[in-house]
Amino acid sequence: MARDERVGDVVLDVNGQRHTLAVEGRRTLAETLRDDLGLTGTKESCGMGNCGACTVLIDDDAVYSCLVLTAECDVGSGRPSRIETIEHLADGQAMHPLQQAFVDCDALQCGMCTPGQILSLEALRRAVPQPRRCQIETAIQGNLCRCGAYRHILQAAVQALGSRP
Amino acid sequence: MTGRAQIPRPADHAHGDRQPARLEAAQKVTGRARYSADVSLPGALWVAIVRSPHPHARVLSVATSRAEELPGVVAVLDDVDLRGATAEPMTWYEEEVPFFPHPGTPDEAFVRYVGDEVLAIAAIDQRTAEDGAAAVVVGYEILPHVSDVLESLGSDAPRIHPSGNQVGEIDVIERGRAPEQDAPVVVERVYRTPIAIHNALESHVTTAWWEDDQVSLHTSTQAVNDVREIMAERLGLGHNQVRVVAEHVGGGFGAKQVPWKPAMIAALMSRKTGRPVHVIPDRRSENLAHGKRNATVQRVRVAASSDGRLRSIEAELIADIGAYVMGGEASSLAGPYLHLYACPHVRTASRRVYTNTGPAVAFRAPGYVEATFALESAMDELAGRLAIDPIELRRRNYTERDQQKDRPWSSPRALMRSYERVAEVAGWGRDGAARSRARSNGAPARPGVKAGLGFAAHGWRGGSAQPPGEAWVEMNADGSVHLMAAVQDIGTGTRTVLTQLVADLLGIEPTLVRLTIGDTAAGPSGPASAGSTTTPTMAPAVVAAASDARRRLLDAAAARLGVDAGRLRLHDRAITTIDRSCEPLEVSTLLAELSPESIRGHGSLLKAGALAGHDYPAVGGQDVSVHTFGSAIAEVEVDTLTGEIRVCRLVVAPDCGRILNEAMAESQVIGGATQGIGFALTEEQVFDHSLGIALNDGLEGYLVPTISDTCPIVHAAVDLPDYGANSLGVKGIGEQPIVAVPAAIANAVHDAIGIRFTELPLTRKRVLDALHSGMLDEPATESP
Repeated sequence: MARDERVGDVVLDVNGQRHTLAVEGRRTLAETLRDDLGLTGTKESCGMGNCGACTVLIDDDAVYSCLVLTAECDVGSGRPSRIETIEHLADGQAMHPLQQAFVDCDALQCGMCTPGQILSLEALRRAVPQPRRCQIETAIQGNLCRCGAYRHILQAAVQALGSRP
Repeated sequence: MTGRAQIPRPADHAHGDRQPARLEAAQKVTGRARYSADVSLPGALWVAIVRSPHPHARVLSVATSRAEELPGVVAVLDDVDLRGATAEPMTWYEEEVPFFPHPGTPDEAFVRYVGDEVLAIAAIDQRTAEDGAAAVVVGYEILPHVSDVLESLGSDAPRIHPSGNQVGEIDVIERGRAPEQDAPVVVERVYRTPIAIHNALESHVTTAWWEDDQVSLHTSTQAVNDVREIMAERLGLGHNQVRVVAEHVGGGFGAKQVPWKPAMIAALMSRKTGRPVHVIPDRRSENLAHGKRNATVQRVRVAASSDGRLRSIEAELIADIGAYVMGGEASSLAGPYLHLYACPHVRTASRRVYTNTGPAVAFRAPGYVEATFALESAMDELAGRLAIDPIELRRRNYTERDQQKDRPWSSPRALMRSYERVAEVAGWGRDGAARSRARSNGAPARPGVKAGLGFAAHGWRGGSAQPPGEAWVEMNADGSVHLMAAVQDIGTGTRTVLTQLVADLLGIEPTLVRLTIGDTAAGPSGPASAGSTTTPTMAPAVVAAASDARRRLLDAAAARLGVDAGRLRLHDRAITTIDRSCEPLEVSTLLAELSPESIRGHGSLLKAGALAGHDYPAVGGQDVSVHTFGSAIAEVEVDTLTGEIRVCRLVVAPDCGRILNEAMAESQVIGGATQGIGFALTEEQVFDHSLGIALNDGLEGYLVPTISDTCPIVHAAVDLPDYGANSLGVKGIGEQPIVAVPAAIANAVHDAIGIRFTELPLTRKRVLDALHSGMLDEPATESP
């Protein structure tokens, strides 16, 4: 049970910026983003890959950052390493169409799941232009919303992604 | 009485109804919204809590030296610290048990459920704190336990508290006399509902820092003001020495209306270490130790005449409240039986029973969701026996009165209006024709899939005002407005609705109103967001505050212009006389002239005279009971091969008085209905009673609805202003939308496959077992 002393330098590519950090081997990407880089838009709720609140993009794919070790994301690792968080989605003051659609459709209540929902949908948007409704549903099946905003989230996704039936 | 009601507003008001979008939505979609765990302070520590692995035990010894030797572990907070923390030893729960068990004092060394707190460790990060907690060695004497609520009432059950396993006496409420003769139709069954877990995505997080003689708590709460007062009193501090901030709250659903142990641990650990402290319970801790909906066993007997009129309702009600009684809004299982229908004789006997499981706490319409499942299942069965349309049966038993207090409901026709709305929107005809039409429209896609429609009504005792409710409105020199109140928005739209009201009353754009809420250091006291009270409490207060500011502004203008204030009108940040006999006076010009004096309005719920039906002064001496009602219709498909139930459509019609903001109301409705789907179909914290442990304490096993479990949810708005509730005609909507949904789904399942389920959730296993045994459409014989 001794503390993991294997601390090493990791170079991360987060939201287009390089960061060199000394991290423990066991430190998760969610912890690094929130506690080391101050990117608290990434939420952590279950810490074990069940809820999706901590979803971020790595090389355009939606991943649960609580299940990814920071050390795995080193840009020199040869693994996918281009990390994007919710803070990176808006273009300056202009909201991303998904963000705007969430506002328009009131697709949120408490807001804890919202960054994860949006990033899961953004991963879908990048992979599938004009996705089908069932693809939208699949994309966010791993993002729990306890407030139960799902019906509005679906509306927002359809509005932003211009989906087909 | 239908259609959109208008807000009573000054005659000179020229703006229409404005219903802004959720004010903080932009912050939430961009990740800028700050929650309690997002507060970053230099030198902060993280905390892990050592919890009992046993459902019932005595702590014999605690050894922390190995933990304290770990690099990065900074402090231990244990019973010794707590004995010295305050003048009296720190206790917790309504039983006032020691906060942490005291090893060596046999009577004060108990842990009573898996997850009960033993001590806390602080370290430089979360993982190190958890390492420290894992290195603590606790010696236990394992005691016999009981985690099943009926077993707990047995004569040989292990005793959980010295007073026994029943909390207090059996609470019997009886109205009228039992009929001497048996009624022609009797439905009698035993219904069971499960332990359900709130699972707010943000756990009971607190970030605390103690400076000199005061402590600030950024805490995930539904009640900044109540937490401030309770924490101060428990710490022996003045209310003004505790500041509670909840800028954004990641869901509550009832579990966060009182301070829980993490808040106190954060405060005391910060005082001990002199550093800021984060207590961020992980999901398992959250789901074991920070509240649940009480499981229930309800024996219900409903007797009716052959025309369907109720003669008697009797209910023996047992609630599993877990190992301790938590404060806050109480669970009331008796309420629906006493209030929903006209009935000459009602008798409820309620028992709250301890078990060696986590403490229960309010969960969205506590007690009413559970009891409504039972009562409305029984009413549906009665309708079937008598071959009366289920809604027609409810009409025949309609009451406009609070029969317990023998006075009218504040909105006596609201429930009838709900019946009409829900039937109209769902296409439910009184002759049943629409039902078969709906069924054939949703033609089964596969053989073995059967469709059904189900109806349920509900009441809810909440939705009216609950003091304190006060607000300040300040007009800045430029005419912009600042609204302050120590109330919180837990995702319900409080910010939006309050801002909308102030903007409306002052005739300005909502964007010109800024508000500060969720901070006890800014603004007067507000209510807990519990009992669906926030809007009906704060709306009158905020309107009163804005009216006060407006009056002071017009008085100042009257003095400046030399005219009577009654002749002035305020519009678009300028003041003119009604006959426009003078040049418009810009509000900002007036305010600049008044500077350094400013215009401040104060509004209080009580002064607004907005209360009725409670033990508080009523408006104009009205003698009414404020209550909310509603109904729901569910359309389901049951796959008889797999046992899967799919809810295809829900129509929900809650009465919340006048609707202030349709988008916020609809979000509450779809959210509550979605939680109702979960309670009906999948949600249950399952216990292994031989071990006394929860088998699904995480989200991988406790199944909250995903997007694929939902369906189109329609808000059939009732929108009937309730001026008996307050002068604005508004009531709360937060809790209502869940209440009737589980019963409506169960009734729809009966309609589809002819099986009357008496236990939730309706899991595939339960459905398949029932189908295979070809059973259950006759009364149960089991005894609670």
